[in-house]
Amino acid sequence: MKLIHPALYTTVLVISLAGCSGSPSSEVSVEADGNLSGKLTLTGSSTVAPLVTEIARRFEERHPKARIDVQTGGSGKGIADARMGVADIGMASRALKSDETDLTAHQIAADGVGLIVHSSNPIEELTAEQVNSIYTNQTQNWKDVGGDESEIIVVHKAEGRATLDVFLNHFSIDNTTVKADVIVGENEHGIKTVVGTENAIGYVSIGTAEADIAADVPIRLLSLGGVEASTATVASGEFPMSRPLSLITTDSPSPLAMEFIRFCQSTEVHDLVRSQYFVPVTSEPNAAQ
Amino acid sequence: MPRSDLLLMIISRVSALLSAAVVLVILGFLFREATPALLEIGLSRFFTDRSWHPLSGNFNLKPMIVATLVTSLGAVAIAGPLGIASGLFVHFYAPPALATWHRRIVELLAGIPSVVFGLWGLVVLAPIIANLGGSGQNLLTATVVLGLMVLPTVAVLSDNAVAAAPREAIHGAAALGMSRWAIVWEIVLPESRSGIAAGVILALTRALGETMAVLMLAGNVVEMPTSLLSPGRTLNANIALELGYASTSHRSVLFVSGLILMLVVSVIVIVISRRGRPIR
Repeated sequence: MKLIHPALYTTVLVISLAGCSGSPSSEVSVEADGNLSGKLTLTGSSTVAPLVTEIARRFEERHPKARIDVQTGGSGKGIADARMGVADIGMASRALKSDETDLTAHQIAADGVGLIVHSSNPIEELTAEQVNSIYTNQTQNWKDVGGDESEIIVVHKAEGRATLDVFLNHFSIDNTTVKADVIVGENEHGIKTVVGTENAIGYVSIGTAEADIAADVPIRLLSLGGVEASTATVASGEFPMSRPLSLITTDSPSPLAMEFIRFCQSTEVHDLVRSQYFVPVTSEPNAAQ
Repeated sequence: MPRSDLLLMIISRVSALLSAAVVLVILGFLFREATPALLEIGLSRFFTDRSWHPLSGNFNLKPMIVATLVTSLGAVAIAGPLGIASGLFVHFYAPPALATWHRRIVELLAGIPSVVFGLWGLVVLAPIIANLGGSGQNLLTATVVLGLMVLPTVAVLSDNAVAAAPREAIHGAAALGMSRWAIVWEIVLPESRSGIAAGVILALTRALGETMAVLMLAGNVVEMPTSLLSPGRTLNANIALELGYASTSHRSVLFVSGLILMLVVSVIVIVISRRGRPIR
């Protein structure tokens, strides 16, 4: 870094300090500051990518010499790319599995998964056993779980989706025993299916569902284990069915990568996290694992 | 041979070779990506496994092949008669002003993006079809919307084919006092058969390739359909639903699904174009 002109060095220092004012991580950014130019590549989860794209735009405004390239391809790809060094940082919308302990997850937000029904459905809450028996086709009529006399239309997600993993794990359901009536891809597809089918049940990202409910879409989130399904209960950690949205790195990420992760975890991007209907996590470093 | 001809000949030959090569490159890529799964699992298990649960080692593609064929052939069964009727209508039955507007509207139909068709089907058509039972997302809904989507292809190509029918024969028949319907049935339709057949084949291949709208409407459950009201997943929808989330072996299996789709399309195109050939 001897080659950097002193004046330029000072400029970068001032910009980065200004950018980090009020953030607990400002000390580190002074140390790392000589490296705040360069290029970062991120790949992975299509759930996390839109959020990270927004954060990256703000990061680039603060550090004009840094370039951040965000690509999607699913959580699996993000984790594989981070491991193989194809990408500097992977993005994952699920926790790391037991065979992925060689990597480090840096949680930047949380997303709850909630069960939804049509708003004309009188059901307010289901127990875990009831959800299990509905999805494995043992319960086929709403009257068996205290609702109206009508067939239950089971809306399920396609194999490999992170939301599906969270759902199956939470209710300990083996996917091969699930008997679905409709299989959907995106959250909005799931919501539109439930809107069009009054006796349907599905599960989607709570943030997306809340935003739609606020826009008068006729669906309702079901409470789970006595806890209301909302971004507030996900944030407080009470809501049981949630997943971390994380940035994945190897043990030794580059200084620029570390600085970007720190920025993603700082309070300065909480407005962006909320605008994408996710739940901000505290800005303590390495809040995840 | 003059220089300009030579140049044109070279350009056209190279272009022709390139366009054929594109298909071969795609096929090669599909094969390369599918090979790990084919070696490890073998082709037969894709037809004999119990179900489609790639993460649990079950890879049955048969229900998806059936769903792909049912929706595409069904769509052509809807679009074919309507499209041919539309082509005849603008030439023989519509007043000129109406014919112009009719053509414009049909062409506009071709410009509607498939997600828009999908969304319309999802929020308007599916709830109506749900009255017949189930969720409304089933093979019938997908087929109807797919039929509307491929309609302009049949209509425009039928229009062109009918326009190309020999005027002398038509005028001669009219002079002999044949009725309008007899002229259409005895002269125009037989003369424009190959053009109409080309339109139907194009519509069928477009229906086989359509993904987004079908993904949004067919229900996507992988099981052998028992009726048109059963949900089904097409091979394309399978790839679109799972590829983004698939890692190594699951990904390779999805490429086998693509390979099978390519095979199904090729067989259909070859069979139909064989039957269409003797006419011209």
